[in-house]
Formats: sequence, C-alpha cells, structure tokens
Amino acid sequence: MPGADKNTDLSERIEAFLADLKRGGTGAGPLRGSAETARETTALLRRITAQARWSSAGDLMEIIRKEGRRMTAAQPSETTVGNMVRRVLKIIREEYARSRGSSEETDQQESLHKLLTSGGLSEENFRQHFPTLKANVIEAINELLTELEGTTYNIAMQALEHIHSNEVIMTIGRSRTVEDFLKDAARKRKFHVIVAECAPFCQGHKMATSLSQAEIETTVIPDAAIFAVMSRVNKVIIGTQTVLANGGLRAVNGTHTLALAAKHHSTPLIVCAPMFKLSPQVPYFPFSPSHSYEQRSVTHSLWWVRREILSKVNVYCPVFDYVPPELITLFISNIGGNAPSYIYRLMSELYHPEDHEL
Amino acid sequence: MADSGVTDGAEKKEDITRVKNEGKELSKEEKQRLRKEKKSQKKNKEKKDEQDALASEREKNCAPSTLSQPAAHKEPAASPPVQAAVSEPPAPAAGAPPADKPAKSKAELKAERRARQEAERASKPGKKGDPGPQSTAGKPKAPPSELQPVVKRLPEHVQVDNPEVLKKLAKKLERQQTPGRGAALKIPLRSDYGYKVSLFSHLHQYSRKAPLTQQLSIPSTVIHPVIVRLGLQYSQGIVAGSNARSVALLHAFKQVIRDYVTPPNEELSRDMVNKLKPYISFLNQCRPLSASMGNAIKYIKKEISNIPSQCKEEEAKTKLQDCIDRYIREKIVLAASAISKYAIEKISDGDVILVYGCSSLVNHILCEASEKHRKFRVIVVDSRPRLEGREALRRLVKHGISCTYVLISALSYVLPEVSKVFLGAHALLANGYVMSRVGTSQIALVAKAFNVPVLVCCETYKFCERVQTDSFVSNELDDPDDLMVTRKGKTQLEGWQQVSQLGLLNLVYDVTPPDFVDLVITDLGMIPCTSVPVVLRVKNVDQ
Repeated sequence: MPGADKNTDLSERIEAFLADLKRGGTGAGPLRGSAETARETTALLRRITAQARWSSAGDLMEIIRKEGRRMTAAQPSETTVGNMVRRVLKIIREEYARSRGSSEETDQQESLHKLLTSGGLSEENFRQHFPTLKANVIEAINELLTELEGTTYNIAMQALEHIHSNEVIMTIGRSRTVEDFLKDAARKRKFHVIVAECAPFCQGHKMATSLSQAEIETTVIPDAAIFAVMSRVNKVIIGTQTVLANGGLRAVNGTHTLALAAKHHSTPLIVCAPMFKLSPQVPYFPFSPSHSYEQRSVTHSLWWVRREILSKVNVYCPVFDYVPPELITLFISNIGGNAPSYIYRLMSELYHPEDHEL
Repeated sequence: MADSGVTDGAEKKEDITRVKNEGKELSKEEKQRLRKEKKSQKKNKEKKDEQDALASEREKNCAPSTLSQPAAHKEPAASPPVQAAVSEPPAPAAGAPPADKPAKSKAELKAERRARQEAERASKPGKKGDPGPQSTAGKPKAPPSELQPVVKRLPEHVQVDNPEVLKKLAKKLERQQTPGRGAALKIPLRSDYGYKVSLFSHLHQYSRKAPLTQQLSIPSTVIHPVIVRLGLQYSQGIVAGSNARSVALLHAFKQVIRDYVTPPNEELSRDMVNKLKPYISFLNQCRPLSASMGNAIKYIKKEISNIPSQCKEEEAKTKLQDCIDRYIREKIVLAASAISKYAIEKISDGDVILVYGCSSLVNHILCEASEKHRKFRVIVVDSRPRLEGREALRRLVKHGISCTYVLISALSYVLPEVSKVFLGAHALLANGYVMSRVGTSQIALVAKAFNVPVLVCCETYKFCERVQTDSFVSNELDDPDDLMVTRKGKTQLEGWQQVSQLGLLNLVYDVTPPDFVDLVITDLGMIPCTSVPVVLRVKNVDQ
C-alpha cells in the first residue's frame, strides 16, 4: 500500500535523523552547525506534515509533539531541534485559527481580563477539519525554511552598523555567525580581531586561520590571557549555542569569564544569534551539572597524566557556560538588534506558551 | 689642570711603576691616584684628538693668514676653550671662540670649563662614574631625604622598539668582553623571533629552539660555565618559577665566588662586581630577570661592595658565601615556614581550596596543612600552553590530598563550590598590584564575582618598587610556537608565520588589581595589598 510505504519511509528518515543527532553529540560523527540542524529539523517536520496520517490540527500537533519529544531526548543540548518543533506547532495553531476565521492575537494572549471574563470555557480542541489546512501549513513551513536560510546573511548585513575602523574586537571559540559578521565588516573597514582559543578543543584556532585568510588582522591568545588583554579591547562579539528565555546565554565554556572581564572594563558585549536559537528554557538555580551542563570526553586534557595519579583525581571538562543577562549589552539577530530585556517579548511572538513543555 | 696633570702625572707614574715592579700591593690612595691618572690621560688623549680635528676645521673655515699666528700659540690655551666648545655644537663654536679668546684669561677659562663639567655631570643622574679629576676625595653621599626624587633609567627589555636602545645594548655587550680577544668571546645579542603583535612591539620575543648558548663558543672565557648552564636552563624552561630561579642563581653565584681569583692591583670589592656584570647581561638575554632575582642581585652587590679592603681574599670569599646561604635560608626557606604558619590558620576543615598553576609556596602550604591533619580538598586550575598545574597536581596527590583538575575556561563551573582561593605571586608592586602568572587576574576577577575570598601568598623579598597598572607596558613574551596544538592529527596553526595577518600571543605575566585581592600573607604577617609600600619602606630603613 502506498500509505504504508510512505509511513515506513518517513519513520526511516526520522530514525536516521535521530541517530545523526545522537552521534553528533558524542563528537564521533561530523560536527554540524545549529543552522544545519534547524534546517534539517524543519525539513523533516514538513515531511511529517505531508506524509503522516492526520485529519485535524490536533492530531498533527500530537504527532509532531511526539516526534519532537523523541528528537530532543536524543540530544538534549541541541536546543534548535526543540525550537523548530515549537515554531511549527505555533504555525499550525496560527493556520488553524486563520482557517477558523478568528483573529490570532485575542486567542493567544492570556491576560487577567480574559481569565476573568472567559471563565474557563473556550478550550481549544483543534478538532475541526479544514481541507486547506495541510497546504497552508506546508506553505508556512516553507516560509520558515526561507527565513532560516537567510539568517546568517541578515545578521552579517548589520555588521557595518556596529564596527568602526581601527577597532579591536575580541571573540572566543568558533562561531560561523560571528565569522560571517566580521568578514562582512572587513570588506569595508580595517580592524583587529583577538581570538581566545577556548581550550581544550581550541576551536579558536580554526576561527583565527579563517579570519586571517579574509585579510583580517588576527591574534590568537590563550584563555588565561583574556583579562590581561581586555583593557585594550573595544568590543566583544560572540556567538552562542542557545539564548535562554530570561535573556541569558548558554555558550561555550569560558564565555562567562569573558563576559565578566568585559563588564569590569565596561566593554560592550554583543551576541550574534539568529532567532532559531531562542529557547523557552530558563536556567534554574542552583545550576547543577546533571541538568544543563554536558561533559565532553576529557582525554584531550589528560593524555599526559600517569595512571596512578589519574585514579585519585577528578577531572571536569564542561562544554557550556551560563552567562546571566546583566552582562550582555546587545543581541543581534536576523530581525535586528535587541536588548536582553526584550527577549521575553520576542519569545512570546515565536512560541505559544502551551508549547514550552513539549 | 689637565695640562699640569700631564707633567705631575709623569712623576707619579714613575713612583707607581717602581712599586709595581717591586710586587708590593698598592695602598688604597695610590690605587685611586692611579685610576685618576688613567682617566685624565684618556681625557687628554680625547681632547687632543678633538682639538686637532677642530683646529683643522677652523683652519679650513677661517682665513689662514690672520689666525696662523694666534692659532699657533693658542694651542695649549685653546685646549680649555676647545673643551668648552665641544659641549656646544662645533659649527658656531668654530666661529665664535677665536674672536673671544684674546679677551679672557687662562684662569677664567679654566673656571668656566670646570663649571660646565659640573653642570654636565649633574645632568646625568643615572650614570655612576668613577670620580673624575675634578672631584675631591670620596663621593658626596646624597642625604637620605623623605621624598627622594627617583629618576630611574628605563630598563632595556621594555624598549625593544627603540633602535637606539638596541644599539646601546649591543655596544654594552661588546664592552663586556675580555679586551683584545675578538668577537668570538663576547656575549652575543639574541635576536627576536616571529611576528610580534603590535601592542607588544616594545618587548622581546625569543624562540626556545634558538637558545643563546648556541651562539657562544665553548669554552667561553668571559662567562663562567656554571652561568652558561644556568642560562640554558632558564631559556629552555627547565628551571622555572621565581623561587627556583632565585635559588639557582644564588647557588651559581656561590660557585662563581668560590672560583674567583682577585687579579693583581685590583680590589675584590670592585672587581668582583665588574665580573658579575657580564654574567647578569648574559642571563638577562637568556630570559629576562625576575623581580626576585633582581632583589637578590642587589643584595649580593651590596654585600660585595661592603667588603672592607683589608680583608684577605679567602676570608672575603667565605664571608660572601655565608651571606648568600643566610639570604636563602632567611628570605626563602624560613619565610616559607612563617607564611605556612599564618596560612594554615586560614584553612578550616571541610574547605574547598582553589589553586592556580604551580606555585612552590602554595604547594608547600597545602602539604604542611595536610600534615597537620586539616581536612580539605583542592581544585587545581590549569591553563594552556604551559600546563604547570600538572606539576602541582602531582605534588599534591603524592601527599594524599584529594584533588580535582580543571582548565581555566571551566572556572565558572567549579567556583560555586569553592570556599577559598590561594594564589602565588611573582612580585608585588609598590602600588599594590600583584604580578603573577597570566590567568591569575582572571581567577581573582571571577572569584570576586562569586564572592570567594582571594588570598595571595608572597615572600617579602619579592616586593619591588616598580609600579604598573596594566599587563602591557612590562611583560614577557614567550615562544609563540607553544600555542600550536595538534588535535586529531591536524595542527590548525601550522605555518602561521607565512600568513601575514595572523599573530600568536603567549604572555607570561599579568597584573591583578588590588581590589580583587582580599589578603596578602607574607613572612611579616597578613597585610592588605595596599600596605606593600609600607613594607618596602621598612625594609629600606633596615638596610
């Protein structure tokens, strides 16, 4: 039966994607950037919408929620997967509401007034069947995909507004967004970049070679020298893995130190992050390692240790740092620049509150 | 006076040569006189050369007929105005003096010249010259005032971008060779390596693969072999850490003193200091001297010059070796015990202590504390490219202390569970800043943000009178190739030299502002960072 073939084909693709996600996390497979992950997730969700069997919006949302839970469980630190799932769920809600004819704004926002006046009814069922819903949803997902493809370009376009000549810019580790940002500015302006190498994986080295090939004067410094050279730095521009709901960051380890040093010298800290990295997660305190931190293999930092010492020593190698929003000056995303205090508002436009927990 | 000196000196010289031939030791006054004569003769020779040069110039410029007569018998009297003219630019002098000279008398000219020489000498404060022919016996001592104006000469190692300074250094190294021996035996000038980041163009950057000793010929008669070995150990990083370097230096000097033989007609106190100067230049070239080494050298020089002249050589040498032993014992070993005693009061049971890199003093404190049965655990923070924390880890684990090891980028991850931070110091500056291994200021900054107390442990012999507010003006640049690393068989930064826009920066030290440091534990007690100039003053008054 054609339906069964489609189903097996679909489930195969989903399994392949999950396996990829799991492998990418352990560092064994090819490292993929968040943008790629976001694109692939969205493409997969579009395929699910097109090929899975569903009759009403509610069914579709259930299916997507189920698959989304599996995908986020495969690689918890890769938050873009969950973000894309929530975006698609929001799209479905919007399209459903539009098909029903009611305006979207009144439905979504919960206000005290609404709670008092509505009094518990209007439990949206999403059970109504609309024939055009499928096509609409797929079209909306295509728009989302186009938006995803243009994020890096949109961010890089804003570079000249933020970088002037003869500046000294500091960055840490390797971020493709920041790389394109700086290369775009370098076409018109001359400035100097200092890259902190971010041990033990030293992604900063690759960033430095790539920037120097674009004719940008680059210097590589070890992580220990961040505070020492910060007094001569004009701006700090970093990328991040995730933007949290309170405006804080989950970024590569060493970023918190960098942010503190920048705060001490009153140097602006600019974060270049596309909107698909915005996640409704909040950091909860105390920030315990089992929840949000991840430990990579420590063999890189320990190859030199003799066995008798190794057995008596604990070694930690966290991958991410939490940076509180007070240390951040500006977010540059594909929709423009924002202060960290505005992030909650952007989030409410992207995701529906009921989708925060998948 | 210079003229009369020529005639006088001839007689005195006969006396002195007679005494020399008899093989007796000259008395101190005779030695001083001999030195004065040598100096004045040198000056006469120089004067005569310049005089000849100027005279020939003058004869070329002015009409030969009018000046031939006055010029001829102006020669001896012309020497004073020529010397005065030397200090001014020669061009206008050539025209003016011949017209002035007939008006002034010889005595007035002499007085003029003397005044000018005094003015010149007064305007060169940093230069320590032997008393010239003008001064009276004994140097006038500067009265110890409350606020002595300190006009320091900027050290050479922070003026690498000034070509004149480099030329002067090259000349100084040449002068320190055995005279008349040739280029193979002088101290070579070490050349910089690689592209230097523009912010640091005033500092040296050497490569470890090209140590200075390769340019020396063996055996070198200028430099004692113990010093050559020490220099090599410094430049290759075999002896590292400020205490280790100072102790190694002092032991090497002890050996030098043991092997020293006073040459005839020289005083031990003066000659030995002169002998030590090329060694110090050599070691400075191998690796810039640390503040602790600088203080140790000052102490040795003072002790040597305080040796009374009637002291016999063997006695003097034993005395100096005892002084060095006492210095090491008091300032380093006993100080470490005193500091441990104070520091152990600050360690309570159940503490989690964070240390950075490998500081011999902090390791000593922790080992002593564990022997006194305090229950604590240690987190060792390490950083690339030196990775000195490995050594600290090894020492602590050997003593049975439970340890954790992280890299400095994981600092925000471990700090919430830390109760105290113990840091070592390379030097404590007079404005309260702590100069230490690069990364220390970062640790202090993040610890402050997490409200964790920061304690710095430092012996008083590392206190220095310099002031510094950032890590740029005076620092040390290590070999930039150390930053390269191979991950998964690929070296990302290989061939960084060929890429014109790429630079690697390997700093060695940084300065921590005093507001990040809560307490400094020294052998004199526990003081706040701002009390460092008080300690320095107390030390100076003692000495």
